[in-house]
Amino acid sequence: MAARAQFENSNEVGVFSKLTNSYSLVAVGGSENFYSAFEAELGDVIPIIHTTIAGTRIVGRMTAGNRRGLLVPTQTTDQELLHLRNSIPDTVKIQRIEERLSALGNVICCNDYVALVHPDIERETEEIIADVLGVEVFKQTIAGNVLVGSYCSLSNQGGLVHPQTSIQDQEELSSLLQVPIVAGTVNRGSNVVGAGMVVNDWLAVAGLDTTAPELSVIESIFRLQDNQPDAIGSNLRDTLIETYS
Amino acid sequence: MSNYSNMHTHDGQVTQNQQNQATVLCCNCGVPMDGSTGLVMCYDCIKLNVDITDGIPRESNLSFCRNCERFLQPPTNWIKAELESRELLALCLRRLKGLNKIRLIDAAFIWTEPHSRRIRVKLTVQGEAFQNAIIQQSFEVEYVVIAMQCPDCAKSYTAHTWNTSLQIRQKVPHKRTFLYLEQLILKYNAHVDTISIKENKDGLDFYYSKQNYAVKMLDFLNSTVPIKSKKSEELISADIHSGTSVYKFSFSVEIAPICKDDLVVLPAKLAKSMGNISRLVLCSKISNSIQFIDPANLHIEDLQASVYWRHPFNSLADVTQLIEFIVLDVEPTGERKGKYLMADVTCVRASDMGGSSNEEFYIRSHLGGLLHPGDSAMGYYIKNSNFNSDLYEELDTNNIADVVLVKKHYVRSNKRAKNRNWKLKRMANERKDIVATEVLDSRQARQEQERAEKDYEMFLQDLEEDDELRQNINLYKSDKINQVNEGDDDEISEDEDAPQIDIDELLDELDEMTLDG
Repeated sequence: MAARAQFENSNEVGVFSKLTNSYSLVAVGGSENFYSAFEAELGDVIPIIHTTIAGTRIVGRMTAGNRRGLLVPTQTTDQELLHLRNSIPDTVKIQRIEERLSALGNVICCNDYVALVHPDIERETEEIIADVLGVEVFKQTIAGNVLVGSYCSLSNQGGLVHPQTSIQDQEELSSLLQVPIVAGTVNRGSNVVGAGMVVNDWLAVAGLDTTAPELSVIESIFRLQDNQPDAIGSNLRDTLIETYS
Repeated sequence: MSNYSNMHTHDGQVTQNQQNQATVLCCNCGVPMDGSTGLVMCYDCIKLNVDITDGIPRESNLSFCRNCERFLQPPTNWIKAELESRELLALCLRRLKGLNKIRLIDAAFIWTEPHSRRIRVKLTVQGEAFQNAIIQQSFEVEYVVIAMQCPDCAKSYTAHTWNTSLQIRQKVPHKRTFLYLEQLILKYNAHVDTISIKENKDGLDFYYSKQNYAVKMLDFLNSTVPIKSKKSEELISADIHSGTSVYKFSFSVEIAPICKDDLVVLPAKLAKSMGNISRLVLCSKISNSIQFIDPANLHIEDLQASVYWRHPFNSLADVTQLIEFIVLDVEPTGERKGKYLMADVTCVRASDMGGSSNEEFYIRSHLGGLLHPGDSAMGYYIKNSNFNSDLYEELDTNNIADVVLVKKHYVRSNKRAKNRNWKLKRMANERKDIVATEVLDSRQARQEQERAEKDYEMFLQDLEEDDELRQNINLYKSDKINQVNEGDDDEISEDEDAPQIDIDELLDELDEMTLDG
């Protein structure tokens, strides 16, 4: 399922939210519209947490995480950390990282098994990432950009990268990550795909400007079509109930 | 899923051969394209979605003066431009804002009916849509031609726009001086700054928008004719708060009433100061000073205008009082001064020839070089003239000549006057406008016109006879020049010896002999 959303007139959904398979973070906004987009899809499946990181609303860019863990920058206040700890499932580890490159969402791009990181990241951080998130860590660039988190959007099913990524690079990334990779854009031609959308294994949320061709690329690469037989059945049942009730 | 796999397999097949292959889908239409160029939208979609001519207006207007048919080039220039001309295109393009942000490739007029007051221009521009995408676009701009009156035309229709007037007067019964002055003004373009020129009794009025122009004209006159001038001013308005006031200035210019070939009696004191020249003299030349010649002894003296105006005097007799004499004998005395050769001339009045009172005059003349026995000459017949002049009465009349010959007389046929091979430029336009306001039907006006024509003919003859006078004037080839040879031979032979102007002296005719205002 792929959805379009907007945070206070901004299409950069990935900046203001974080989506993993076991929890979701959204920024504290003026209106609840953005939150509702997540709530409608994930409502009773995973917790959706309103939070700030280091007093800012750019939670998606400040944090990195997957099903097993959440990394927050060193500026995160104790109160925020406590709130996160109370809200996310107990199985998820939370770790505050002392890292010079504090916008962890920009420098780390991960799914549940692999993480691509900024080439200049510290060795200690790299180890923490591997420990907390339970992933293999690779120092990589995407189409010559060091901010891998900004220019790559990754799930366990696939990955979307910067549109100027060459085919060799795509193949290399694909073999590292063991998922199919495709170059593409979001938000009507924006190349910051990591910041323009969030994705987990069954949901993608992109900016409101995202065009149908872009959304279809997202749905196909992240395998978000409802092609499982039971999913179709439940959907059909829902529509039938809606029709006859 | 299918979408992705299709694209991927397609890519995979050709990657080995070629690097530049479709790697991304157009974000608008989904067509596969090369992502390495940095474009995220296919060219067609860019063309459809991006308008580089966004800030350029599609409608504009041009101001146009209906009277002088000029277009306004803001802020204040009015330029002449034909429809569909380069100048007009430049003007149209200059009216468009925002053209500097994009590159203009082509511009052309689309034909419109001239009376529609619409001008349509088709423009082709290139501009950068995204970072690497340059697109070309064509569009039309329609201009509405707004008719209005330009300030110059508005001024020309308004009365009393002049600031300074220059009134030139010469108190003589003929217009020769003004005809000569007209030619001088035309030659030196001294009239360019005038707003209008009006003919008046005894002279001309020149009107100027600024005082400087009038002063310039005054200087010009000062250098060409003996004048005296007086400046006066009239207060039009005054602002006591700012201390500014508006005046109208008038220059009253009087030209000395002595013309070439006039007979003059000099005041005794003046004659004494001028090298003790004889008091009865002929005026031989007018420039910014007056030149006198004593025909009896070739004494030539110049009188400065400033000296003249200290004690102005009138001439005794002018060219209208000349009568014809027949020269019977010429005996040169051998004395020569410039072009003048002194001679003893025996002459008789043409009207007396063969008559009862065949009175012969034996006189000294300065025309010895020109006159031959049998020639006609024009002269003043002092003996039987009755002059009404105080200066003449002072003169000792016993010691003055009975006849003063002035110039040689050539017999001219009318045909010859019509077939002159040269002509002069005239300030005809202005003159016509002024004359048109008067009623030409009246007898008086007709007489005046005849007199003016006579004066003009006389001026033309003077020009033919006097090459010194011609030097200051532009003569033009007449279009009648070829007809001269076709005339009857016997008539031409009659005035064969009359002077003609050499064709080398003539200038080619200008496109327009009459002047623009």
